[in-house]
Amino acid sequence: MNFPLQHPVPPVDQVGVEARAAFFTKRSLKNDAKRAGLRLAVSMMDLTTLEGADTKGKVSQLCRKARQPMPARYGCPPCGAVCVYPNLVAQAVKELEGSGIPVASVATGFPSGQYPLELRLADTRHAVGEGAAEIDMVISRGAFLEGDFVRVFDEIAAVKEACGEAHLKVIFETGELQTYDHVRFVSQLAIEAGADFIKTSTGKVAPAATLAVTLVMVETVRDYFLATGRYIGVKPAGGIRTAKEALQYLVMVKETAGDDWLTPDLFRFGASSLLLDVEMQIARMEEGRYQSAEYFAKG
Amino acid sequence: MKQPKKTTPELTFTAALDYAPSPETFPVTLKKRYELFIDGKFVAPKTGKYFASVNPATGKRHTLIAEAGKADLDAAVKSARRAFEKTWGPMAPSERGKYLFRIARLLQEKARELAVLETMDGGKPIRESRDFDLPMVAAHFFHHAGWADKLDYAFPGRKPAPIGVAAQVIPWNFPLLMAAWKIAPALACGNTVVLKPAETTSVTALHLAEIFQEADLPPGVVNIITGAGETGAALVAHPGIDKVAFTGSTEVGKRIAAAVAGTKKRLTLELGGKAANLVFADAPLDEAVEGVINGIYFNQGHVCCAGSRLLVQEAIHEEFVARLGRRLRTLRVGDPLDKNTDVGAINSKEQLGRITTLIGSGIEEGAELHESSCALPGEGYWCRPCFFTGVTPAHRIAREEIFGPVLSVMTFRTPSEAVQKANDTCYGLSAGIWTDKGSRIFKIASQLKAGVIWANTYNQFDPASPFGGYKESGFGREGGRQGLAAYVKLG
Repeated sequence: MNFPLQHPVPPVDQVGVEARAAFFTKRSLKNDAKRAGLRLAVSMMDLTTLEGADTKGKVSQLCRKARQPMPARYGCPPCGAVCVYPNLVAQAVKELEGSGIPVASVATGFPSGQYPLELRLADTRHAVGEGAAEIDMVISRGAFLEGDFVRVFDEIAAVKEACGEAHLKVIFETGELQTYDHVRFVSQLAIEAGADFIKTSTGKVAPAATLAVTLVMVETVRDYFLATGRYIGVKPAGGIRTAKEALQYLVMVKETAGDDWLTPDLFRFGASSLLLDVEMQIARMEEGRYQSAEYFAKG
Repeated sequence: MKQPKKTTPELTFTAALDYAPSPETFPVTLKKRYELFIDGKFVAPKTGKYFASVNPATGKRHTLIAEAGKADLDAAVKSARRAFEKTWGPMAPSERGKYLFRIARLLQEKARELAVLETMDGGKPIRESRDFDLPMVAAHFFHHAGWADKLDYAFPGRKPAPIGVAAQVIPWNFPLLMAAWKIAPALACGNTVVLKPAETTSVTALHLAEIFQEADLPPGVVNIITGAGETGAALVAHPGIDKVAFTGSTEVGKRIAAAVAGTKKRLTLELGGKAANLVFADAPLDEAVEGVINGIYFNQGHVCCAGSRLLVQEAIHEEFVARLGRRLRTLRVGDPLDKNTDVGAINSKEQLGRITTLIGSGIEEGAELHESSCALPGEGYWCRPCFFTGVTPAHRIAREEIFGPVLSVMTFRTPSEAVQKANDTCYGLSAGIWTDKGSRIFKIASQLKAGVIWANTYNQFDPASPFGGYKESGFGREGGRQGLAAYVKLG
């Protein structure tokens, strides 16, 4: 497919979409619904470390955490993926061998994307070569804001080709695009250019994921599915720190796109500190009381 | 990712992450029976009679309400007159304001309890009584408390003075909120009140009376008499009152207008509606769907300004109806006290009967019914949220106010046809416009004959914003500076 887009992009009303997002925060999840939701959230988590200070040791710790986030008695599933920089993909692949947990790598000159396309494609091929099963690319926000949508489209298509068998997640950095109209448009653009997943943010820019931005993206994949029968995933990343927020996202997904999207195949959280709070909530549900954060392993 | 083949892709909303029951647990006890509130005290009716009040979610009687007779009415009006002449009328306006502020604060403190009572007595979802009704009730008292000593500024160059004793008759759809809309401006302007709540929803008004006692409001400033339509008619016809304010059906409004004709009584009426929501092809679709859903299913459609006619531009009719149908499936209908309920119980057996009759007429006249497939509770009064397509402007469901969760969908081709169809009604309370084009909003709004027009939103209220109708939706405004005019004599 090529630009211009094959499917319509309806306008988004800011006040309305924010009111709708706020509505989902009023839902009350109790007992079994909360238990199921918390475990689902863990299974959807792309456990992430994206620091200059990342080492093999840090990544190994993270991978072990992803394999078994909590003691077995809690019945907590493993995380959805581990997300690292390209240099640490090999280490993560080694640690996660046999676990079925995919390694996701950021690529294409993450987080700014301000590099020549050739280097960004080479970055992608390298990460895939190291064993990354999922590539989290960044779009050229500069090109998008200049109105050069053809370039943004073609770059995504080129990265998709460089991914080969690896799944492609396309990061928009919605905090830099700012308007919901931009988010709706770039979501459709990325989908038609070949994205398997669309993702809000790098986690390096504030605001990162919000419920309203993610709602606009979920509405886009829902409408695309209804028009074509093809499933695209959504990944809010950055800024989701509490179990309560994670459950609000799941409520939004459930009531917007329905049951099909309530799976790690089609919905992920990009997060580093969220897991701890979800663990504490799972433990509280099982033990009937809150425990000190000191009883939970941080790495 | 998985890419299963489906011939016609459709969404499924079933068991995944099913919400467990989440009932509101705030402890509330209904009294065995509720008395009249006259001259600052709760008194038994001189008739000695009580009638049953039913919880519409169960269909069972949950308390008894006093039935006021003529003697009770006389006592209430006399007490209101005395308070107007001796205490409230002569009181310094800033002092009146203090009472209203105190009432507003007490309402906020007791908001949870009142929300639960409102839901038990009227059937509306606790989410709405908690997040909409009660905050708005307090907001109306706060807003008017602020006006009490500033009325000169509301009417520059004039001398506003109170009218006297106001008879206020209110409906069952927003029992406490309608009481606040009526009582707060009346008191702020120095009038005294005899209020008659609707017979199916008297409970929260009488709890409001307890708040008046707690706030030390002087006896007689507000009196509350309960009973059915005849009690309201007797109150309106009582020679001791100076002003009548009524919110309710157009049918009763006409009778009241006839009853006060030729008397000194002033009158304001807020009556029925058959509002149109106009959705243009360039509208923000997802937000428009939400607005239409909120416009018709809010409070089970028991809303005078409900957007009960959807006019959608032909080019997007099919797509919009598909979106509406999908959204309808995610509405949660059931126990009003469950925090996740979107649509609660129909207020009364009688109202359910009226709604059912009109749905039947829609089917008979050839419109196509689209219903939510939700399960309904076994007892109580329930109606599946629904909409009709293939409706023509001549159908009863396009002309008559249904006052239930029933939407009539019609189409238009051009802006002028949209305006013509929207105005093709005897009502004129409200309307909604959905388009991404700002200039169109202003042009269409200036052509619609409706008192309140929302653009790219619906059902937004604020005490500072006047509310009221054109044509058979009534006259006079409530809220804002304009709303005060109904409760003052201008010298």
